[in-house]
Amino acid sequence: MTGMGASLGRIGALILRYVYLFKGSWPRTLELAYWPTVQLVIWGFITQHFLGSSAWLAQASGVLVTAVILWDVLFRGQLGYSISFLEELWSRNLGHLFVSPLRPWEFMAALTVVSLLRTLVGVLPAALLAGPLFGASVWDTGLPLVAFFGNLMLLGWALGMAITGLILRVGLGAESIAWAAIFILAPISAVYYPVDVLPSWLQSIAWALPPAYVFEGMRAVLFGEGFRLDLFLMALGLNAIYLTAGACIFLWNFRAARIEGRLLQMGE
Amino acid sequence: MAQPAIRAIGLTKRFGATLAVDGLDLTLHQGRTLALLGGNGAGKTTTISMLLGLLLPSEGVVHLFGHALEKQRSALLARVNFSSPYVDLPHRLSVRQNLNVYARLYGVVRPKDRIATLAEALELQPFLDRPVGGLSAGQKTRVGLAKALVNRPDLLLLDEPTASLDPDTADWVRGYLERYQAESGAAILLASHNMGEVERLAQDVVIMKRGRAVDRGEPEALLAKYGRETLEEVFLDIARGRGQGAAA
Repeated sequence: MTGMGASLGRIGALILRYVYLFKGSWPRTLELAYWPTVQLVIWGFITQHFLGSSAWLAQASGVLVTAVILWDVLFRGQLGYSISFLEELWSRNLGHLFVSPLRPWEFMAALTVVSLLRTLVGVLPAALLAGPLFGASVWDTGLPLVAFFGNLMLLGWALGMAITGLILRVGLGAESIAWAAIFILAPISAVYYPVDVLPSWLQSIAWALPPAYVFEGMRAVLFGEGFRLDLFLMALGLNAIYLTAGACIFLWNFRAARIEGRLLQMGE
Repeated sequence: MAQPAIRAIGLTKRFGATLAVDGLDLTLHQGRTLALLGGNGAGKTTTISMLLGLLLPSEGVVHLFGHALEKQRSALLARVNFSSPYVDLPHRLSVRQNLNVYARLYGVVRPKDRIATLAEALELQPFLDRPVGGLSAGQKTRVGLAKALVNRPDLLLLDEPTASLDPDTADWVRGYLERYQAESGAAILLASHNMGEVERLAQDVVIMKRGRAVDRGEPEALLAKYGRETLEEVFLDIARGRGQGAAA
């Protein structure tokens, strides 16, 4: 087998490696769904508490619950990519992987698929429970939900690529970045409040990031304004830039790791 | 005439001011075993890393099977494999799962059959479904060897393949490598500081010191040149700067 068929085979092989990892440890699988569900419960009760006193919330009772689940898509998307990479460092397996025919882009493609699987396993239970528990169905968003989900996953992968590139350069000392980096975006992503709540100088930064467009788009749908194609296309365009930048950062650092001999040395 | 499995010309690696490998030329033909002999820090592992494309040389080129490694890395590496006690396989995966993943990474047709064959040949059945992390050093070495042979490589690079093994297991591994080479005609590059192992397995020896090839030849020729009985004595002569024929 040669060409694209061989590439798909190698990507599939690496995905299988992570599937084995989760099959062998049900606590790991359970942990994926644990935090999104806890978050849902907290924000579900917050919604119920403020529903009677907030006209804004009364217009669309699912706005906070949908926001928290979509924010988790971004968080899990990034984390799913970065943690899968860290698994290779923790098990000192990078050396074996990169003396095989595996190409760097195939490695990245496998990590994106694994990130998607981890995100779905993590977020789906919370999304399914939101209706029965709090009467706030995420699915009320309809088809635009796919557009929001897709854009947030793309940014999660872009961040994952950049962060793993950084870890390749700095080593496992930068591991905490994989866990914490995303939270710097949270205040300016307009997850729970509109962008115009932010000071004007922060608004400029927020509009340079895809999540602001996604969460404004989500509120537009839930408040009955319909699907905002302009916001969707802006998020998509920005994601194309960030994804290209993320891939370049990873590949540049991968080459640097080959020059400096870090692929064989990295690990715990 | 078939292209050599390895042809490296002027291989040099610098890490800042440190010269790890200095202008090394290597040629290894199919069906032969070349041993890189040298003390700690001689540049053996750095050389192997460059031959595998894991490390980019500062200068020089690597050709595998007549093709430049950097130009056809993925296709060439499909014909190569590697084993080292210093590079682990994922500990939480079972032996079978690890071999299945690597068989698929190398594009092995019918991986289940190949794993069954290797499990029988390398006596892996008793622990095939146990996590790699729970195996003894000897069992891990056999699993590492199975991974290295999963794609029936035409070129096998082994970094200290019997380090930390008891003499019985080490002898068994050497015997298996001899049989594999006799059956497949594969080329083997071996980095070791176990002189007995090198004398038994290698037809060609390159002795390295501080990144340079200080001498090379067939083991018998080196023994004759230095007037010594064993390669260990030759190695000590070179390591301690006594020069050829010092003890004669």
